[in-house]
Parts: sequence; C-alpha cells; structure tokens
Amino acid sequence: MTEAAGWLIIGLPMASFVLIGLVLRPFLNRKKELAGYVTIGAIGGSFGLSIAAMGAAISSPGIVGWAPHEWLTVGNLSFNVGLHLDHLTAIMLVVVTSVSLLVQIYSQGYMKGDPGYVRYFALMSLFTASMLGLVMSRNIVMMYAFWELVGVSSYLLIGFWHHRPSASRAAVKAFLVTRLGDFGFLLAILYLFFHQSAFAAQGLNPLEIPDIYEAVRTGVLGQTAITWIAIGLFAGAAGKSAQFPLHTWLPDAMEGPTPVSALIHAATMVAAGVFLVARFFPLFEASHTAMNLVAVIGGVTAVFAATMGVVAKDIKRVVAYSTISQLGYMMLALGVGAYSAAIFHLFNHAFFKALLFLGSGSVNHATGTFNMDFMGGMGRQQRWTAATFVVASLSLAGIFPLAGFWSKDEILAEALHNGDAVALLVFALGVIGALMTAFYIFRAFYLTFTGKYRGGAEAEEKAHPGSLPEPVPAPAGHDDHGSLVHGTSAGAHGGSHLAESPWVMVGPMVVLALLAVGTGALFNSPVALGPIPSHWFSHFLVPPGGEFEGMPFNFGVAVTSLLVAAAGILGAWALYRRKVVAPESLTIKPVYQLIARRYYMDDLYEKVFTGRVFYGAACATLDWVDRNVVDGLADTVGWFGRNLGRAVAQIQTGQPQTYAMVFGIGVVLTAVGYILWG
Amino acid sequence: MLTAVVFLPVAAAIIIALAARSPRAVKGVALTAFVADFALAIAVFARYNTGDGGFQQVEQYDWLPGESVVFQYLLGVDGLSATMVLLTGLLGLAAMLVSMNIQHRVREYFVFLLLLQTAVMGVFASLDFILFFIMWELELVPMFFLISIWGTGRKEYSAMKFLVFTFVGSAFMLVSILVLYFSVGTFDMRVLLESDLRNLVAPVTVVFGLFFAAFAIKLPVWPVHTWLPDAHTDAPTAVSVMLAGVLLKMGGYGLIRVNVAMFPEVTQQAALPFAILAVISILFGAMVTLRQTDLKRLIAYSSVSHMGYVLLGVASVGATGGALSSVGLTGAALQMFTHGTITGLLFVMVGVVYDKAHTRHIPDLGGLAARMPYAAVALMVAGLASLGLPGLSGFVAEIMVFLGTFPVYGVLTALAALGVVVSAGYILWTLRGVMFGPAKERWAHIGDATLVEKVAPALLIIAVVAVGVYPALITDALSSGVGEALADRITTVVGGLR
Repeated sequence: MTEAAGWLIIGLPMASFVLIGLVLRPFLNRKKELAGYVTIGAIGGSFGLSIAAMGAAISSPGIVGWAPHEWLTVGNLSFNVGLHLDHLTAIMLVVVTSVSLLVQIYSQGYMKGDPGYVRYFALMSLFTASMLGLVMSRNIVMMYAFWELVGVSSYLLIGFWHHRPSASRAAVKAFLVTRLGDFGFLLAILYLFFHQSAFAAQGLNPLEIPDIYEAVRTGVLGQTAITWIAIGLFAGAAGKSAQFPLHTWLPDAMEGPTPVSALIHAATMVAAGVFLVARFFPLFEASHTAMNLVAVIGGVTAVFAATMGVVAKDIKRVVAYSTISQLGYMMLALGVGAYSAAIFHLFNHAFFKALLFLGSGSVNHATGTFNMDFMGGMGRQQRWTAATFVVASLSLAGIFPLAGFWSKDEILAEALHNGDAVALLVFALGVIGALMTAFYIFRAFYLTFTGKYRGGAEAEEKAHPGSLPEPVPAPAGHDDHGSLVHGTSAGAHGGSHLAESPWVMVGPMVVLALLAVGTGALFNSPVALGPIPSHWFSHFLVPPGGEFEGMPFNFGVAVTSLLVAAAGILGAWALYRRKVVAPESLTIKPVYQLIARRYYMDDLYEKVFTGRVFYGAACATLDWVDRNVVDGLADTVGWFGRNLGRAVAQIQTGQPQTYAMVFGIGVVLTAVGYILWG
Repeated sequence: MLTAVVFLPVAAAIIIALAARSPRAVKGVALTAFVADFALAIAVFARYNTGDGGFQQVEQYDWLPGESVVFQYLLGVDGLSATMVLLTGLLGLAAMLVSMNIQHRVREYFVFLLLLQTAVMGVFASLDFILFFIMWELELVPMFFLISIWGTGRKEYSAMKFLVFTFVGSAFMLVSILVLYFSVGTFDMRVLLESDLRNLVAPVTVVFGLFFAAFAIKLPVWPVHTWLPDAHTDAPTAVSVMLAGVLLKMGGYGLIRVNVAMFPEVTQQAALPFAILAVISILFGAMVTLRQTDLKRLIAYSSVSHMGYVLLGVASVGATGGALSSVGLTGAALQMFTHGTITGLLFVMVGVVYDKAHTRHIPDLGGLAARMPYAAVALMVAGLASLGLPGLSGFVAEIMVFLGTFPVYGVLTALAALGVVVSAGYILWTLRGVMFGPAKERWAHIGDATLVEKVAPALLIIAVVAVGVYPALITDALSSGVGEALADRITTVVGGLR
C-alpha cells in the first residue's frame, strides 16, 4: 500500500465529482447514464483500494500512516496534510466504500428518469469523497474541513429536489443544526491550539492527531483541558450523529432521495460523529466527565428516539428514528469504554440499515408513497424486497445469529461489566431500547408487507388532496399530520405500479442482506471459524494506546436481550398482524400526541427559539437600533455633514483647490494641536 | 511596472475622453485597459520575492522638490500591498465585465470607473503619505458620481452619505499625517516605519486614534458602518463590486500598514477595545443581516460582519509573543483578500439576478434555480464560501484569525466564532429564498446568465477555489509582508519597552 494509493481512495470519487460536474457536461446531456458509470467506477476503485488498505492494516500492528506534507506555515502555525491509516480507518474505509458502491448501483434504477440524474451522481461522488477524506485525515483541521464538506454535500443531497419547499427547508435545517454542534468542534480545535507552546516544547504539533494521542499520554494536556476539548468534540459528534438534543434534523433529512438516506444513515454523515469520538478515544478515556456525558446522552437518545419510531407513520421515518436510536447505542458503548463493540455495531449497522432504507425505497418505487397507512400486502408483490427487509429487521432487533445480535449483545455486556452507576443506568436504557427496537421495526414490517393493500399513492392523494406530487408550501412546523410524510412521498415516481423493483435495485439489496446476516458471527464470534480467529474484530480494533481486553461471552445478557427482542416482535405481531386488539385502543391520547409531535422539540427550536426569540426579538431589536439609534446618530452628525457636504460636493471635482482647502484645515488643526501640547 | 499598473487605467480614460466616440469603442478601450491592468497586477504579485520580503519594485522621484517640504513620487509594494494590487486588478476586471451592458452616458461611466481603478491602485502602491492621501481622496470623486448618476433608489442621499463619512475620516487622517511630518520631517512611509514614533508633536494616542477613525469608517467598524448599506443598495452593480471588493480593504490596509506597523505598542494597548468592537461588528452585523430582505442590503450587512474578522485578527497583537499575532495578522490580511473575491462574486451574481428579474426583494424571488442553473451554482459557491466552507477561501482566513486570536481573547473569539453559525443561517435562508422552492409563474421566462455574464463569476470562482485549496499561494506573500515582518517588529518594539 503506497501513499499515492491512499490518496487515490479520496481522489477517485473527488475526480469523479469534478469530471461529472465540469468536464463531461457536453457528453452527459446526450448520455446521462455515463454519470452513473463514472461514479460507480470511481467508488469501485476506492473500494478495491480500501480492501488493500485493510490488508495493509491487518499486517501492521499500529498506524500505517505516512509522513505529513506541509500545506500552510505561518508563524507558529504549521498546518500539514497527511493520511492516517490505522485499524479504525481501515474498517471505516471498507464500510463507506462498500455501502456507497451498493447504493450507487441501486441508484441507477431508483433515479432513472429523474431530470437531476447527472447532478445526483456528481453530488454522491462528492459525498463519498468527503467521508473518505474525513476518516483518513491525519490533521484535526483537515478532518474538520472534510467534516464540513460531508455536511455541505448532505445539505445539497437532502435538498436535491430543491423545487419542494419541504426539501430545501429540511436541507437548511440539517446544515444549521449540525453547524451548531460544529461550533463545539471548532472551539475544541482552538483550545488545542491554545496549548501550542506546551506541545511545541515536546516537539509535538497540536493539530496532528498522533501528536494529540501522545500529548494525552504524556500529560502535556491537563485534566481540565482534556475534559473541555472532549466536550467540544462531542458537541460536534452529537450534531452529526443526531444525538439528543441535536437530533431534530435527521428525520426531516428524509426529504432527499431514498438512496441518499441510505448512505447518510449507514455509512456517511451520521457515522462521522461516532467516528469522531472513536478517533479521539484516548482523549475521551482520559476524562471521566466526558465519558459519562457520552454514555448518558447515548443511552437517553437510544430510548428517546425509539419512542418516536413506535408512532411514526412514514416508513422512512421509522427507520430514521431507528438510526438515531442505534447511534445512541454506539455512543453509549463508547461512553462505557466499549470501543471495539461500538465500532463493531457501526460496522454491522451500516449494512442492515442501508438495506432497510433501500427496502423502503423499493416499496416506494412500487406504491408511490412512504405512508404506511396506504401500504400493506406488499410481501405478495415484492418477494425479494420483503425477504431482505425481514432479514434486516431481525438483524436490527438483535436476533441470534444475525449481525445485529453480536454487536448489541457485546455493548450491553460491556456496560454491565463496567459496573459503575452510569454504566448500569445506560445498560437499563439499552435493554428498554432493545424491546422498543424490535417492536417498531416489526410494526413497520407488518404494516407494509402483510395484510391488505390500502391503495398507495392514489389513496393518499384522495385522503390528503393536493399532497402529491407537489406538496403545498407549508410554513415551518405547521404540519398537522405530525410528520412531513407528504413532502417525502413519490419522489421521482408518479403513482403506484405494484411490482418487484428491477434487478439493478434488488441485487444490491440481496448483497446487503447477506452481509446483514453474516458480518456479526463471521468477524467477532466467540469461537474460531476456520481461518478467522475468535473475537477477530475486537483483537483487530483496540483503541490507540490500549490493549485487547477479553470480554467473555455473557450468556445471561445474551438470553435477556434475545427474550426482550422476541417480546417486542411478538407484541408487534399480536397488534399489527393478528390484530388481537386494535392498536388505537391501547394508545393514551396525550402521550401519543406528545410523541407524535416529537416532544414539541422541533416546535420549540424552530418556532419559539429561532423564530420568536432570536429572529423575532433579538435580531429585530438590533435591526431597529441600527436603523434608528446608530444611523440616527450619524444623521444628526450628518445634519452638519449634509449642509457642509453639499457645499463640499460642489467643489469635489478633483480640482487642486479642494485639496488646498483640506490641507489648510489640517494645517490649522495641527498648529492648534502643536500650540496646545507641543 | 507599478506606475503602469496605477496609471494605465487613467491613460485609457483619457483616450476614451478624447478619442472614443461609439459606446462599442469606449467599452473596447476600457475592457482592454482592465485586462491589461489585471495582467500587470499579476506580474507585480508574481515578481514580488517573498524570500527577500520588505518593499520591492520601488519607483522614486522627487515630485515637488522644495526647501523644506519634499513631496515624493514614491511607489513600492510589500507582500500586503502586492496582494491588494492583485485583488484590485481582479476585481477591476470583474467590475468592468459586469458593466458591459451599461447604456446610459457610457463615456462618462467608463471614465469614472477607470479613474476609480487608478485611485485604488494608487492607494495600495503609494509609499509616500501625501501621494497616499491624494489617491485616497481621488477615489471619492468617481465613486460619488458613479453612485449618484448610475445608481438606483435614494442614490443622491447615499452618495452624499458615503462622501461625508469618508471625508470626515480623511480630515482626521490628514491631521495625523501632518503631525508625523512635523515630528519626523518626512512623508516617506519607509522612513516612518523605521522611526521611533513614541515622541511626536502631538500625543501619540491622538495621532493613532485619528488614523484609526479614518480606517474604521472605511472598513467599516460598528458603529460607523451605516453608510455602507445605503451606498451598496443604491450603487450600480460594478460599483458594489468595487466597493465591497476593494474599497473596504483600503480601511484594513491602512489599519495594518499605519496603525499596527507604525504604532505597535499603542495597538497592543488598544487590542482589547479592538477585539470588543470586532465582536460587536461580527455579531451585530450578522444578526442585522438576518433581517434584511433586499439582497444588496443583506450582503452589505454581511460585509460589516465579515470585515469584523479583519479587526479581530489585528487584535491578536494583544498577545505578548509575536508568533501568535503573526497568525492573526496574516489571517486578517487574508480575510481582506478572500472577502474581496467572495463578496465581489456575491454582488456580481446579485447583479445578474437583478438584471433579469428587476427586483432584489427576496420574498418576490424564488425557484430561480430551474431557470438559471449557472447563476444558481455560482451564487451557491459564493454563499458557501461566505459561510466559511472549507475548500473555499473564506474558511482559511477565518480559522487563521480564530487560531491567532483565541489564545489572547478566548471568550471574545468564541463569541465571534458564533458568527459563523449565524452567517450559515442568513446565507442558506437567502439561497433558499432566491433559488429554491417551486418555480414561480412570474419567472417562467427568465433566462440564465449570458456568456459575457458568465466570465466574471468564473474568474472569481477560480480565485475562491484556488486560495481555498492551496492558501499558500497568497499567504506566503502576506506572511512575509504582514505576518512575520510585523510580528518581528512588534516583538522588537514592544520588547524594547520592557
């Protein structure tokens, strides 16, 4: 693995973006498919190189990274760019490129006929390249740069159908909420640079990631500094990974094309937050406060988001809340010190979550809607979609021996094993979350794939006239249905035509289904499987400076989590398949209302805080002050100015006399000054 | 070479005044002059040797030799002014390109535009205070007429307001220039930069304060910024491009060249007030920007906010060590360059939209992306650069300012960094309001930018991307001219005091 090959991993998709965006324009007008081929070729190349990078990482115990290159040097700021390839990076590279590759293949079918086909693939290339750059960055500012590029490409993709007000609103919301978190990330960088001289005394550079590890290890950074830097970084991570209370952007991000959601939720964007905490894990580990914060926020998010998944009507929203909840699991795992379990979960989750989204997209391809009220019975029409969806759901619910079981179980076991009060609290939250996860995902499955077909897009159009395909512009938060379902419906597709999706879409789903089954047992099984040693993943992925800690397989935890998951599935089956009782009869109206309105947090942020307090009161007051007080003052002074100015303006023609006069005034003033002070 | 850069435009203006008859000929001559001036500006920048530093390409003649008073014709550039000359060349050409469809009083218009170019180039290239001052004043004349004749809305009021504000500032500046002359006996900036300016015929703080007042009005700093929104809103597009792109930089240039470089120890004492004013400008400007519905007014207020970063970078001089201020000052100077290109681009694109839609009122616009894809992409790039997206030039300048200033004024810098969040808000809401949303019936027949209109944005986008991806292109010159040179001087001077 040479360094040039490393740069190519980022460079290929980036080149594809530039190529499609600038160079190939004239050809693309005639042959749009070319954009898809170029993208798939580039990401396929990155995938191949990522496998090579994985090989290099397996054969090397530590960091494979290369020496950094000078990029900008001013004063004591020396900012270098370089690649950082360690085991964490290698895993992320494989996850990002493989999921992205499958999503691009699927997109050829899903986006067929969309007028923005070319732009779509250009942006997908940029998105993938940014995420790859993020995981390979050796310098924290370089990482921040790619971090922001990930944010902006997701902004452009969420708002892809920019003629829809709901889409452009969701895009702006995603960017702004994550940027609020990025403010913390930025402050963390500034605070690191604040210690520049202490770093320099040890020959370290505060912006280089390996040097930051070293500084934490050798005590260059004090305890307080470590805690604050970690909290700042976590703010950034919470924004990107949609952790409570910065989660509100993610469900709205469904406005983008479904394959984009698959990529955002599985491998890019939201994974970036978890990756950030993992990347700086030595820093977090050194601060008890930061670790507890991460654990508690993660645990709360895991349950909190799951409750909203239980009531959502839009299938993509169910899956979106599920993502927030699962990211909560990863965070809580990091918070209790279960480093490899967290990344293992990220790894497994990427495949089954991408699959759930692609499945939702496939159903939408046929029905023209995402609203589960108008689906049903799709299992008969779309056997492959239904089969892969159920595999992904079982994996998500954590059923033995599918992938999700292994990582979730490991997280819970480590939380229990950790044993302090916070860890036990988040263990309890994790178990509750597991129950709800199994319930909501099978609720979605039964509503979508079983029972009678309830009419699809046409029925939705009848029930909510005018909502398809061009939604009526509605002011922020004024959606009476508790969700923005109607904006997301239909996508590039018109009405319903019930049939299985084309193979170009089903193929990637089948591949993902195989991964959703196998990755868990294969890579981190407690017993050796042929050439793969037992606990391979945990051995492979030890935190920088840490060591592998053998976590014995905890039989009690495994049985508990299995029982809990089974209970959730059973509950969903009873309510939505057998209809033992009508689900409506069990709901408690005020509670349902509270959850369906997303705990009023979106309203609070958008209407009350941003709308009333910030925009309506603070900004308006300053605007008034500016127009009346500040400018009024200037106008009062300008009263003289106007009269004097009018006279002056007459002679302002560049004539020497003007200057002579000004000179005169100046000389007199100087003379006065000279007499007074000289 | 420098003489050519400065006076080529005015030579073209004379040719136009005397010889060119048809509008076609006038535009041909003016365009040729601006292209040539840009080429010369590139040459000046490229020939500047960053390794040697200091003032280079000096041209010196006695102009008005006399017994006691010597006016010199003295031109020269260091890294800072060479960068500003490059910026002026680029933005001058952009302003020219967006003026191609001027119909009204064509000859006068281009004469004034060329005269403006000479004046601004002169400000950046002069090393003699009197020449500097003359150029500074000369710039007012074409600006006044360009706004009041070719402007829109309350153009006379705005032109007068611009004139009066700047004029008050210049009067202050002249007093200080004369104090320096009577104290040291020269107008030569090179000599002044080497002199001990602690004992003048007037208190040094007063001299410093009067200079600062002049430059703060130009930058502009809150609370003397209110001329800017009016001037921008009512000026024709090309003038907005020049105003935001280079005229504001005269303020920043003066601040660094005169206040910081000549009076480092006073700057250090004033650093805290500077930082406070900067944070007010940044946050106040950004929050008021959010409320604007006129596109040009909105960008004008965003300029107030973004120029606050220049002052914030200057405030990094408050640190005891020189190394930090080298980062902050280079960041401040880079911010001048990047803001010039980014805001220039924003105004060019607003001009394109206004030309087609005849309105700048954001609520009336919307859904234009489908009709004008090129303009949408260019405006998007400008907006993203303005909100500090990495890979585009604004980010590098902002992060350098933050890195340089945070160790000195942690809380204030953190507050200023909040401005980045607010600017994301106004930029994205504006893009959404203008370009996105459902296509409106009203704009069904609007067209995209024409070929001529595509050139200026393309030039500026290249500059924005190039500096964003590889900032050393500009920062090497800046740090040899501003950052390290000044930091060394600050360390020496201030260190000598202790």
